[in-house]
Amino acid sequence: MNPDTRLKDPLSLRVTPWISFIGFFVVWQLLIDTGIVPRILLASPAEVGQLFIDKLTNPDPDGAVLLTHTMVSLLEAVLGYVLSLVIGIPLGLLMGWFVVAEGLARPPFEMIRPIPPVAWIPLAIFWFGIGLTGKVFIIWACGVVPCVINAYTGVRMTSPTLIQMARTYGASDWQIFTKICVPSALPMVFGGLQIALALAWTTLVAAELIAANEGLGYLITMGRRLLRPDMIVLGMIMVGLTGWIIGNIIDRIERRLTAGLERGGAAT
Amino acid sequence: MTAETVKIECRNVSKIFKQRAGTVQIPVLDDISLRVLENEFLVIVGPGQCGKTTLLRIIAGFETPTAGHVLLDGKEISGPGPDRGMVFQKYTLFPWRTVMANVEMGLKLRGMAKKERREIAGHYIQLVGLQGFEKAYPHELSGGMKQRVGIARAYANDPKVLLLDEPFGQLDAQTRYLMEQETARIWSAEKKTVIFVTNSIDEAVYLADRIITLEGKLPGRVKSSYTVHLPRPREHIDKKFLELRHQITEETELLL
Ligand SMILES: Nc1ncnc2c1ncn2[C@@H]1O[C@H](COP(=O)(O)OP(=O)(O)OP(=O)(O)O)[C@@H](O)[C@H]1O
Ligand SMILES: [Mg+2]
Repeated sequence: MNPDTRLKDPLSLRVTPWISFIGFFVVWQLLIDTGIVPRILLASPAEVGQLFIDKLTNPDPDGAVLLTHTMVSLLEAVLGYVLSLVIGIPLGLLMGWFVVAEGLARPPFEMIRPIPPVAWIPLAIFWFGIGLTGKVFIIWACGVVPCVINAYTGVRMTSPTLIQMARTYGASDWQIFTKICVPSALPMVFGGLQIALALAWTTLVAAELIAANEGLGYLITMGRRLLRPDMIVLGMIMVGLTGWIIGNIIDRIERRLTAGLERGGAAT
Repeated sequence: MTAETVKIECRNVSKIFKQRAGTVQIPVLDDISLRVLENEFLVIVGPGQCGKTTLLRIIAGFETPTAGHVLLDGKEISGPGPDRGMVFQKYTLFPWRTVMANVEMGLKLRGMAKKERREIAGHYIQLVGLQGFEKAYPHELSGGMKQRVGIARAYANDPKVLLLDEPFGQLDAQTRYLMEQETARIWSAEKKTVIFVTNSIDEAVYLADRIITLEGKLPGRVKSSYTVHLPRPREHIDKKFLELRHQITEETELLL
């Protein structure tokens, strides 16, 4: 966010990341090839690459092709995530402005908040089984918390002078809420979306590791059961990659929606 | 000026702030009584931290006085309202709205139709000299321009009384001087009852019909009142201007 004040050497700025990126894989490959790390413990990048191509079309040995696993995980994540936004953001916004909303929603929320999301997994399996519904519930339960907190904080941080000014214009409470508090809270809300996403994705993988018959977490678990480090690593990479792509999409939406809005939102 | 109707009246207004759960009491205003006539340009001068903002906030209705009353058109005020427009010491624009949308804000909140409010907002944007910047966002404007938007917005809302709290305090001397000229010009073009707070005696003499000085230390009290008879537009180097400025400076023991 702050302008980078370091001296910039454009060439090294462009080249060094690639050196480090390629170097990472070279070192990894070498560690395996030289036998420093035994093959049973870790697969080499070449093997993972091969498996990746193979798994595009081959459902064996875990029962589904890579795309299916990815889509299953994505669907669970997106459903749970969207549900947590749809419920968490309006709730947090309302709690930030309307005292009654805060009074009603705060106690149950504070009780649930300290429970780590993964702790919901057993109960969710108990209630909904190992299918889609259980996963969606778990992701919802962990994503909703940062959505509420950030939306709430965003509204609370609205510049009091802006609110007072609106009052001099005779704005109603509801108008102040929709026209001032909500736009001021947007940057915080987007911060919450990113946090929720990271949390949701992590928790999803954890849930799939424990109980699933499809999905990227399941791919990893099967790799462990079948003693296939290449499957484990492929699963890990797919999890990282997919999470990174979703994060970028949200980032892009944020930038479009908050164009013209100075970061930090308040009056200068 | 037409008939001498009293627009705003403060009757024995006092304000005591309580801090740290009421254990510390800060008397900020003590027994302030003043009257502002219709279409009068009243300037309140006082040094830093003497309760100027607090007084304006009480008149605007954001704070309730500990004692005393504020009357608008003879009726006691209760809370903020569209009849009093405030330009804040800090630039207070909606950062996610364009200049046009900022100026329109009050009219929109009151439910005025788009065409009409565009017209009014456009007129005041023109009046403060910001035509061409209608679509700019606040972060694209200089400090002086931001404060112009604030003034245009206050005007567009057509309040009965305009409250300006050191609106040019954050500007450099050059821009400030220019803004004072502009303010005098705008006020001459569209007369309004104005209460203008400043710490600059020069600014006060340049703008005011009448000047009220506050005491230099808390709690703020009215020290004296001066009527400025100089014709407009005024000249900072005019002999009478300098005399009055000198007299007020002497009597307030206030540098600047
Ligand atoms: N909400 C508040 N609670 C407690 N004390 C306050 C509050 N608002 C103002 N004060 C105190 O009142 C005093 C006067 O403040 P005020 O802002 O009215 O002065 P001012 O003349 O406008 O100062 P400046 O020239 O710096 O703008 C200050 O000492 C401040 O600490
Ligand atoms: Mg002040």
